Formats: sequence, C-alpha cells, structure tokens
Amino acid sequence: MTETANPRFLRPLSAPGADAGKAVSFGPDKPLALDCGRILSPFTIAYMTYGTLNDAKSNAILICHALTGDQFVASDHPVTGKPGWWTMMVGPGKPIDTDRFFVICANVIGGCMGSTGPADTDPTTGKPFALDFPLVTVRDIVRSQAMLLDALGIETLLAVTGGSMGGMQALQWAASYPKRVRAVMPIACAARHSAQNIAFHEVGRQAIMADPDWKGGEYQLHGTRPSKGLAVARMAAHITYLSEAALQRKFGRNLQNREALSFQFTPDFQIESYLHHQGASFVDRFDANSYLYITRAMDYFDLAEDYAGHLADAFRDSPNRFCIISFTSDWLFPTVENKRVAHALNAVAAQVSFVEIKTDKGHDSFLLDEPEMFDTVRGFLNSVATGVA
Amino acid sequence: MSSSGTSNLRPDLAAIAEMIPDGARVLDVGCGDGALLEYLVRTKHVDGRGIELSQQNVNACVARGLAVVQGDADADLAEYPGGVFDFVILSQTIQATEKPAQVLADMLRIGRQAAISLPNFGHWRVRLSLLVGGRMPRTEALGYYWYDTPNIHLCTIADFVDLARKNGAVIDRALALKHDTVAGEMRPDAWGPNLFAQGAIFLLRKS
Repeated sequence: MTETANPRFLRPLSAPGADAGKAVSFGPDKPLALDCGRILSPFTIAYMTYGTLNDAKSNAILICHALTGDQFVASDHPVTGKPGWWTMMVGPGKPIDTDRFFVICANVIGGCMGSTGPADTDPTTGKPFALDFPLVTVRDIVRSQAMLLDALGIETLLAVTGGSMGGMQALQWAASYPKRVRAVMPIACAARHSAQNIAFHEVGRQAIMADPDWKGGEYQLHGTRPSKGLAVARMAAHITYLSEAALQRKFGRNLQNREALSFQFTPDFQIESYLHHQGASFVDRFDANSYLYITRAMDYFDLAEDYAGHLADAFRDSPNRFCIISFTSDWLFPTVENKRVAHALNAVAAQVSFVEIKTDKGHDSFLLDEPEMFDTVRGFLNSVATGVA
Repeated sequence: MSSSGTSNLRPDLAAIAEMIPDGARVLDVGCGDGALLEYLVRTKHVDGRGIELSQQNVNACVARGLAVVQGDADADLAEYPGGVFDFVILSQTIQATEKPAQVLADMLRIGRQAAISLPNFGHWRVRLSLLVGGRMPRTEALGYYWYDTPNIHLCTIADFVDLARKNGAVIDRALALKHDTVAGEMRPDAWGPNLFAQGAIFLLRKS
C-alpha cells in the first residue's frame, strides 16, 4: 500500500494550482474482491480531505459522490477549474463544517478522476482495460471506501452522506458496516434503482455505444473519443435531474440569440443550447466507459435483494442514526422511494428522521441552495456530534 | 431550548412528561414542533422518536436534532414493530385520526404504556350549546366550524373509556383538564368529569 501525493488524471489540468488531492494504491497484498466474482488488484483510490482529523479520530465524515461527481467536493477542480460540487454544504462554517469535521471524499472505483477505472492500463495486457474492466457495484465501491479508511487509520466514521448514487452508498454503508459509522444521511436516493431509472441509463449507454468513435469501448487504442454519444447520454440524463416546472421557469419557450424561429434544426430554443452546453462541457471531463460502468453500478443497486427482498432486514439491530432527505419535485428518486427506506427503518425501530424539502428544482436540488436542507443537515450533524437526541 | 423544568411546556404536555420515566424509549405520535420530545430528550434523557403530519414541523424538529419522521398515525403506526417502545404519546390528536380504534390498538401494541390526551365532547358547554343553540358546538377548546374542523372523530370521556376497555386497555391514571391545565386526578367512570372536564389525559397499558 502506497500513498502518492498526486493522483493521475486522464485529462490535462486547467487549474494546476488547485489541490489535486491524494491517492492510495493497494498492491497485490490488498486485493478488492468484487461482487461479480473477479478481483481488482492492484488498484488506486484518489481522494480529497478537508478539515483536520482530531486526536480521537472521531470527527470523520465520508461524503459519497453521485454518478458524475468526484472527490472535489469543496475546492476548485484541478481538471475543470470549476468550484467544488458541494461548496454550499461543505466548508468552514457550512452545514458540514470543516472547522469541526474531517471530510473525506473518494473518487469511486470505475471512475475517471484518479481512482482505478476502465481507462486505466490493465497490468495483464499493458493496454487500457476498456470493457475488460470488471463490473463494479455500489457494494464494491463501499468496500473499497472501507479499505481507504483502513489505510487512513480511521476505524469509525461520525457520518456518511451523499446525494443520489452517493445516498445509495450511504445506505450500503449502513447495511455493510453498521459498526463503522454512527450516522447515515442519504439524500435524494432510493434503496433500489427503479425500472424508469434503469431505462434512462440504458438510453445513455446506447447513445455512447452507437457513437462510431466508441470502437467497441477501445477508443483509447484508436485515438478517438465518443464525445457525441457521451454528450447525448449527458443531455438525456440532465433532463431527469431537473423538473418540468423548473425547466419552464428557467427557459420556457424562449429563443436563443434570435428573434424568430429559424425553420432549421440548429438550436432555436434556450433549453436546446443549455442541453448542448451541458453535453459539451461534460465530455471534457468525463470518460465514456466510466459512464457505462457507473450507471451499471446504480442499475444493479437493490439493497433489499441482498436480504431476501426484505429491506428492513438490511438495517436490523442497526445502531445508526439516520436522516433521510427527499425533494418534492424529484421524479428520479421521488419522495415515495425515500420514504420506503424510512418505513423499513421504522419497522426495525431504528432511529430515523425523514424530511421532505419543498422545491421545484428536481433531483439536482441536493446540489443547490436549499436552506431547509442546510438547516436539517446542520441540526442533524450537530445532534450526532454532541450526542444529544 | 434549554429549559430545565417543565415550566415552558404547555401544562397538559408537562403532565404527560411527568408520567414518563427517565431514559425511557418514547414515540411521540403527532409531535408537532417537538417541544415535548425535546424536553424529554434533554431533561429525561429518553430515546425519543416522533411522527408528525406537517412537513414544516418535521423539518423544524430535525433541525433541532430530534428523530422525527413525516407521517400520520393512521397510515404509519402499522409499520412499527410491537413492544419496542416503553411509552407512546398521542396528544390532542386521536379525535383527528381516521381510525381512532386502530390507532389506539396500534399504540397499545407498540408501547408498553400509552399516554393519550383528548378534548371532551361531553363538557357541559358543548352539550348546552347544541341543546340551546341547535348548532354544532364551537367552544374554547373546540373552536372550529363543522365544515372546516380536522376533528372528525370527537368523543366524550365516557366514550373513550369504553373504547380503551374494548381494546383491552387498563387505565392506570386519568387526569381531568381545564383548558390545557390539569384540574386533578379523576375517576374515569365518574359522571362528573365527563360533564365538567374540558379534556382528559389517560395513562393506559395493555392488560
């Protein structure tokens, strides 16, 4: 096991001054046994930390990122140069207060921001893994995070949290390692990926695979990039992160840089250029094969499945405190799915809070300025940290 | 939120709080803004949980560090396993539930003891108002018009006592309420409180 100062990124850095974080490499003595039956070894986890670990090592909070997120939670992204994805939530004096807590966020395995993924070189062939990379699951991701904590010498987390796929990981933590974490705060997620969500992911994957530059996944060897397919995947997915009301409010039928309809297929509407921009900026920072693998990890997530269909059994005798947060306009991970988790926790008399935040901003609300969410997170973490309630 | 006595609590809630032993595992059904639950957690060190219908109230509770779930007594009590709570509280809420008998049965199943407070529709003002005025009563304790009241299952003290016994409950204590203050202990079967108490608090357990 070796720790390196600078993780290796696929893309050139546009903000070389930004903190690139660290990486831990696990050698042949520390293999990662995957749910698919294969073993990932050697492998690397790239991560960022914020704040200071206290002497008792009791103030660590693990933040799990979503599908296209990464470890740059609260600091400028070295590759894109953009601010961290949760700067309103995490930082000095913020709800997840880095003056008080030691925050860890690791890029998921299968990802493309320094942790081992399909774009990395397969040591057995000397070529990029591409589709030879094993399928990873949310449980595998969580297992690798536990190994990272071992490497950092942290036995118990004060809390684990995340939105969307990050929330899935938080739930998996509660099921896999209930004694290694005190509080679990899944946001805008579900204990299983729904048929509709799998459907949207499949549209995205097919868009990537239909791009001639994808080359059966071996685009690195051919010196191409399936940017068009990946952009379409991102565009379709991005719609699911918003809500009809928010789209209408933000864009309506407004035209983009023109007075009248063009009677052509160039983008007339603001919503079209917005999606084009979302797609174009995404391909600059994300690897197409990673997108295939991580969407698959989400599709495979069904926590109850591991417990003979009884979700409550995933949390039986749980010593954890839970705080579940959903958003009224989130149709990707609707309140009813979040509440299903709360009901399962009630059924085993676990200590659970459930809050639904009223907003029209859709699934992405967890990334946005939602004061009620901040109050909830602050109150919950404060009570966990002080041992009250 | 750091009061050490019950003085800041509404008197009927304070009376319920006094019934609850230190360190008990408590479920407060319809916990409102969490005033009672917070008092119990901070002062009596209970392991407290709440269910509350209003999401605004739930959010306030969680921001105060309380473990509260959005839900309602009718739909969600069924989710809770039997016997895990020492104490289940239902304060001024049973008359607003859809299935009061089921709610009461669930409370007795979930908790070893249950504290229930309710307004008394047998109070003389209510009786007189209907008798003399010929209209649905509106009183200090029950101020709604018939068409906008959330209180869809009002009962008298005698009615509730009947239901409790039918559910196999033992009434360990009964307190008469004058508005929201405790007027004193009462005999549940006596005719006096059913006529003169504006409300009541019952401490129940399954026989």
